Parts: sequence; C-alpha cells; structure tokens
Amino acid sequence: MTTFTPETDAQVIDAVRWAVAEGQPLEIVGQGSKRGLGRPVQAAHTLDLSRLSGVVSYEPEELVLVVRPGTPMLEVEALLGSQGQCLAFEAPDYAPLWGGQAGEGTVGGLVAAGLSGPRRLKAGAARDHVLGVTAVSGRAELFRAGGKVVKNVTGYDLPKLLTGSHGTLGVMTEIVLKALPAPPLTRTLVLAGIDAAAGVKAMADAMGSPAEVASAAWVPAELPFTGIPPRTPSVLLRLEGVDVSVDARLAGLTRLLEGRAATAVLDNDESAALWEELRDATPFAQRPDLVVWRLSVTPGEGAAVLERVRQAIPGTVGWLDWAGGLVWLGIPPGDAQAGLVRGALSGNGHATLFRAPDPVRAAVPVFQPQPKPLADLSARVKAQFDPAGVLNPGRMGG
Amino acid sequence: MRMPEPDARVLASRAALLARLREAVPGGVIAEDSAMRPFETDGLTAYRQMPLVVVLPSDTQQVAAVCRIAREMGVKVVPRGAGTGLSGGALPLADGILLGLSKLNRILDIDYDNRAVTVQPGVTNLAISQAVASRGFYYAPDPSSQIACTIGGNVAENSGGVHCLKYGVTANNILGIEFVTIDGDILRLGGKHLDSEGYDLMGVLTGSEGLLGVVTEVTVRILQKPETARAVLVGFDSSEKAGDTVAAIIAAGIIPGGMEMMDKPAIHAAEDFLNAGYPLDVEALLIVELDGPAAEVDHLIAEVERIALANDAVSCRVSQSEEERLAFWAGRKAAFPAVGRISPDYMCMDGTIPRKALPIVLRRMQDFEKEYGLKIANVFHAGDGNLHPLILFDANQEGQLEAAEKVGAAILKLCVEVGGVLTGEHGVGIEKRDLMDDQFGEADLAQQMRLKCAFDPDHLLNPGKVFPQLHRCAELGKMVVHKGNLPFPDIPRF
Ligand SMILES: Cc1cc2nc3c(=O)[nH]c(=O)nc-3n(C[C@H](O)[C@H](O)[C@H](O)COP(=O)(O)OP(=O)(O)OC[C@H]3O[C@@H](n4cnc5c(N)ncnc54)[C@H](O)[C@@H]3O)c2cc1C
Repeated sequence: MTTFTPETDAQVIDAVRWAVAEGQPLEIVGQGSKRGLGRPVQAAHTLDLSRLSGVVSYEPEELVLVVRPGTPMLEVEALLGSQGQCLAFEAPDYAPLWGGQAGEGTVGGLVAAGLSGPRRLKAGAARDHVLGVTAVSGRAELFRAGGKVVKNVTGYDLPKLLTGSHGTLGVMTEIVLKALPAPPLTRTLVLAGIDAAAGVKAMADAMGSPAEVASAAWVPAELPFTGIPPRTPSVLLRLEGVDVSVDARLAGLTRLLEGRAATAVLDNDESAALWEELRDATPFAQRPDLVVWRLSVTPGEGAAVLERVRQAIPGTVGWLDWAGGLVWLGIPPGDAQAGLVRGALSGNGHATLFRAPDPVRAAVPVFQPQPKPLADLSARVKAQFDPAGVLNPGRMGG
Repeated sequence: MRMPEPDARVLASRAALLARLREAVPGGVIAEDSAMRPFETDGLTAYRQMPLVVVLPSDTQQVAAVCRIAREMGVKVVPRGAGTGLSGGALPLADGILLGLSKLNRILDIDYDNRAVTVQPGVTNLAISQAVASRGFYYAPDPSSQIACTIGGNVAENSGGVHCLKYGVTANNILGIEFVTIDGDILRLGGKHLDSEGYDLMGVLTGSEGLLGVVTEVTVRILQKPETARAVLVGFDSSEKAGDTVAAIIAAGIIPGGMEMMDKPAIHAAEDFLNAGYPLDVEALLIVELDGPAAEVDHLIAEVERIALANDAVSCRVSQSEEERLAFWAGRKAAFPAVGRISPDYMCMDGTIPRKALPIVLRRMQDFEKEYGLKIANVFHAGDGNLHPLILFDANQEGQLEAAEKVGAAILKLCVEVGGVLTGEHGVGIEKRDLMDDQFGEADLAQQMRLKCAFDPDHLLNPGKVFPQLHRCAELGKMVVHKGNLPFPDIPRF
C-alpha cells in the first residue's frame, strides 16, 4: 500500500513505469472527492496528484487557462472569477453528495469525470471546454494533444477522449481549458404548480424560443429548493446576461408561457442559490440514505422516464434538469434496481449509478453496458492507451 | 506530395474487386476513367489522382458491405462528401476505393421539441438550416462553403464558420452519429440526449478526417434564430490597433456572434469584386456582429463602438438595416473568389495563433512576401485567432507553386512557433501532413496513431493523410517492460 505523490511529470512517468514493470495497478486520485463515482478501483497503490498543482498560465483575453491537474477547484474558480470569467459548463461540486466537504476536488478530477452542471444545456459540456491535455499513458509515455488556442483541428481530439475517461486512459499532468465571460446577471422564471409532463412541454417551448434560456429544470413537490413555494412542482427557467437583455427575454418568455402556471421571478441572489442546489444535487446530499441515479435521456422523454421509474420503484423521488434531458433519481436504500431503472429508459439514453455503497457499485454495472461491437471498440481503445491495465482498473467497468 | 506506394497486388485484382462491389452496390460502381475524372481532386486542386474505382452507395448497409469487401481484400478506402475540403482529405488513392456519400442525402427526422435533426451524411450544411427555417430554427456552424459541403464532411473535418466563436464548431453542435467501421460494423454514438456514454468516441470521430470510420448518419442540434443581428464595420490605420480592439472587446466580457478581420489587400480585393462599401484608406477592417434581443444588441453595439474609438478606430459604421448588415458581410464572405479574381491561383492557409501574437505574425508575413516574391492577403477569424492567409501565385509561372508551398509552410511553422496550431478548421489532410512533426513530438503522434489502430489496425481508411509516417500497429503496440528489475521509484510518498 503505497501512495505516490509526484511533483513533476517525470515522477508520474516513473510511477507508471514501475507499476507496469511490477504489474501493480494504480488508483489515480486528486483529492479523492469523487471516489464514490464509478466502480471501486481494485488497486493496492495510489497515485495522488494533489501536489501536481498550480496555474501554469492564464490569459483572459485569449480565453485560455492552463492548469496542473491537482489544482483545487476553489482556486481555479476564484482566479477565473477575479477576471469576470468562468468555466461555462458549470463545474458541479458533488463532494457533499458523496459525503465529503463542499469545495473539495481538483480540476483534474473534474475533467477526468467529465461532469457538467445545469448550464450544459446551452453552453456545452466539460468536453467542449477542454482544449488540450498533456498526459502519461499506461505505457509510461508522456504525450500532448490539442493545443492552447480556442480553435484547433490538428490531429485527433484526444482531449475530448480523456475528458470523462475517469483516469483509465492516461494520467493528465496539464490541462488547457477554455475560459468564458461569466454572466453579469441571472434571473429565474418560475412556473409554479405544473406537473412533469406539462413541465417538459413548457421547457421545450422555452428552449425553442429566442429567449436563450441557459438552464431549464422541473422540480417535484417532495423536494425543497430555494425560492420555490413549498410542495409545489415547478419549472425553472434561467436567463443570464446584461440586465437590459435579461429583462427583454424574461418579458418574452413570460408572454410565451402565460396561463400554464403561476409565474414568479427570482432575483440574482436567489437564482444563484437555486441553481447551485440543482448543480450539486443538494437535495440528495441531504438524503444520504437514498441510492442516486443520473440518467441522460432525450429531453422530451424525461417526464415519462421519471414516471416509469416511480411506478416501478415505490418511494422514488427525482427531478429533471437540461430541459428534461437529465433525470436525477433517488431510490430507497438497498438494491440499486439497475434492471428497473435501465428498463425505464426504453433504449433511449443511458443511466449511471451515481451514488451507492461500495459493495453495490462493485456488483452492479455503474455505467450503462454498451452493445458488444461498441464495448469491443472501447476495450481496444483502452488497450491502446493502457495495455497493461495499470490505470484505475475496473473503474469504468469491463 | 509523397503518397503511399500503390499496392501492386491490389491493382492486379481490380477486376475481382469490381465484380464484388457491383454485386454489393448495384448501379453504384463507376470504373471508367471519364466518369471517375470529377473525383480526382477536392478543394485542394493542386493535387490530383485517379482512384482505383468510385463507389456511390445508397444506404448504410451498402456502406458496410463496401467496408467488409475492402477489409477482406485489403483494399484502401477514401470517404468523400462534396469534395470541398481544402486540405486534400478526399484526394483519391491509385489503389483505393473512393467511397462517395452523395447519394445518402435524405433528411430523416426533424424533431422541434427536442431541437434535433437527423440526416444522412450527404445532406448539405445549408439544407439543414433551410429545412427548419420556416419555424425560425437553424443549424449554427456555417462554413463559407455551406451551399455545397456535406454534414458528413463537416463532421470529418470538425468544420467551423464565422459564427463559431459564440456558437461553437461542429463538435459542439452534434448529438449523435452512426458510423461504419472498416470491419463493416454499424455503430451508434449518442442520440438525442446530451451526454453520450462511455469514452467520448463521438468526440474523436469528429475531426478524424475519414481515418477512423465512415459517418452514415448525424443528429445535430438546432437553435432558434436570434431575434436581431447588427454589425459594426470598423477601420483602423494599423492591424495592431484592430487586434487590440478585439482583445478589449473580449476582455469586456463580450462574445460577439462573429468577429472578422481583413487586411488591406483583402479589403481592396473584396471592394473591387463587389463594392461592399468598405473604406479603402485603412490598413485593417473589423466586422463585429452582435446578435440577440434588440435591447441587448443596441447595448452591446454601443459598447463595441466605445471600445473601437478608444483604440483609435479611424472609421466606424453600424448597420442600420438588414441589407446593410448583409452588405458588410458580403465582402468578407466573397473574399476567396475576390482574391481568385486578382490572382490566377491562390492557396488558403488555416493556422490558429494566440491573438496577442498577431502583430508579430503579420510582420513576419511581410518578410515572407519579400523573400519569396509573392503577395499575401489576410482574412482572419479574429475572435478565435484563426488566420486565413491567402497566398497569391500563378501556377503557370515556373517555380511559383513551389514558392507558394514554401511560404505556406513557413507561415504554419510560424503559427506553431508563437504557440498556435497548424489548422483551425480545414484539417491536416495531405496539405499539412508533413508539418505535423513541427507541432507534435514523436510520442504525441504515436499515441494518436495508436487510437487509429483501435479502429483500423491495417490502415485501410484514408491512409497517407494526417500522419507524416505510417507505422504498423504491431510496431506501435510494442512496449518495453523492465520486468522485476526496476527500482521502487524515487517519488515522494506516504
Ligand atoms: C470556398 C470554400 C470555403 C470554405 N469555408 C470553410 C469555412 O468557413 N470553415 C470550414 O471549416 N471549412 C471551410 N471550407 C472547407 C470545407 O468546405 C469543409 O472542410 C467541409 O466540411 C468539407 O465537406 P465536404 O462534404 O466537401 O467533404 P470532403 O471534402 O468530401 O471530405 C473532407 C474529409 O472528410 C472525409 N469525409 C467526408 N465525408 C465523410 C463521411 N461521411 N464519413 C467519414 N469521412 C468523411 C473525407 O475523407 C475527407 O478527409 C471551405 C471550402 C471552400 C472550397
């Protein structure tokens, strides 16, 4: 049981080379805040990247931030914020969901897990904002891909491949991110008293309007959220930008959705608190007993998928984000009910077992099993990056 | 341009190959020289090569059948959309099948509720926007070639357009694809949901230039058209000031719908071509387009004007009507044909640089003009640093093509030297293939090729493109393992 804490790229290479030579797999961690995600890794040794930390360069006018993987997210966000910028895909903070402290986590972990928040609907996902990476493959070779400019098609887009690969393809030692202006103002239009099916329709109409809705969610009666009247299922539409623009769009959107439910507007501060709760899945952080699933589905199917699971598994609670395309489910403790949850998808989209005790995640495929030819191709990709299987073995299944 | 040596065994078995292809794709096999001629080149017309045979399948199953035959017989395959690519990606191989996807040209599904359109790969970029225009929607990436280029080609090149600073390139606007592997397997990635599962294979297929798989279906996301759009036309007496203005606009937190720069030779060429109303006494011209609700656009236009004047703009005009806005763009959009009129030939480069390096890069380009005796006109996606220097030459003049190639290489090396990249949106193809070593090290390229090996272990899909040297997959897969004799590494540990 050794924990390596490299401080240089060369030390990362040494550690991986040793792991390959000795046939000793490594668990790759930043601060370990996302250990609860994915299958528990079977590795006796740990490669801890928290000391491979710091901002390499930040040029706001170029929209480019270069960081080491172990840099704490708090530091990254404070730096971007000081220049009025942000990561537009909205980095979630799920540490409390998995029982950790708010604010834990590194930028490397965020990118490796490929996680995005409510603004993903409009701004794109984490993978759309990773411009370049330097990484050590499971062959103990350092490679670079992508670049340090915002537009680039030179060579394969390995930064996208590494994003969301959960440390199974390479140990990232440097990450280039696209930074964008942070919205100066946010308001939220609330439609209070609307069921999930009508809510999904309202969100589709809002998304199909010129209102440039940045995020759209539906929340149920059972869960508490800031600014939402108690026990009232509601649609939340988030508008961002300069005040004149937000006001104009808010007026248009209100006209469009008039008569569907009672409307109210949340100001900047309440909006910020509300979307943070949705981003971080806070209601489930407050309910540590529940098994949590996160489903990516065709937006228009969101309400139907949620309803099917509720029918199949009594006691299920959940809400919809991404205009219906992201379904958060909390099911009563015990079995993860993977068959029922994945069955409710009806072949459209995929389901990730997002929080469950280790033994449950060791027994159930955490990520959606893929059709054979695709699973075979993914396995071949893995083998080309990590032929000896020393990087986070088992984390993504397989 | 050095291409892989044609395989004599394949050339000799042409008759057998044709027979099998005719059986798999009835009526879709073209083998006569005269009929194959239109396929011998793409948008990079300086290079031409007749293919072994052209096959035009009409559905995914036929594409899969062609791939299986190719794999079994060890024949190379070059996919082709509309052939507008500017880096030679669709250049045929003498011993290869040219697989044209133009007959897969149906729009399969328009789903307004999910804001998704599913099309076959041969549908043109513009046709998607046209199909949804009646409901006020459009497909955002808008390459200047959008009347002709196909969505399959867009995916293969990860194409951009003048609006991609705000709305993203192809990769940011597709939700799902179906593709056929060289083994003939038909795979689907993503769908109408937002995040696709497992490794982001859709991410690597996008921009893979036909080397990983043949795209047979694409689901794109569509957006509602912005309520208004207005443009500002700003003239400067130096490119530096224009560049400073771009940086200041972005630093102010404004991401315009489009932000384009032209230098003096490009301005004059465009103005001579269609009287766009550009000022002729300026060194650099910026077109900044703001879109969104009218109130926002008015607000941002005022901001941009203020920033431009603070950076010594010598002229500044705001479009007062839709006609005027389109007129501002007309000159920029016609820059290539306009330059084509003042010069018998031109070569379009495509590097991206950190914007702050613009003054150095423009100065060095002037040195290249003197050194090689050729003129360069510059159009520039200023917001994202993507340069399009147009090198003017006359192929009928002894040595000019070679000189133009040298200038092109020098410019791209310069882009890399200042921290940029070889290509922002046109792809590597054959054109920049031999410069890949300038941007990437050996280990970088080896890892990219290993990805290729996972998809296409025999290098049958579009070989000779992108990579300066083809290494056998067995070679790339070898790993030196110091079994049992490596000391415990000297790394801080607990
Ligand atoms: C006047 C002009 C203006 C242009 N402006 C722009 C611009 O603004 N922005 C920009 O990004 N590009 C631009 N281009 C370049 C070009 O139009 C794009 O690269 C376009 O995406 C190519 O599409 P195509 O259908 O013509 O593809 P092709 O040229 O036929 O092929 C391009 C590459 O894609 C591969 N390919 C094609 N179809 C498939 C498929 N279905 N599956 C797998 N691989 C496939 C080919 O093998 C080749 O490598 C311009 C070109 C011209 C001539």
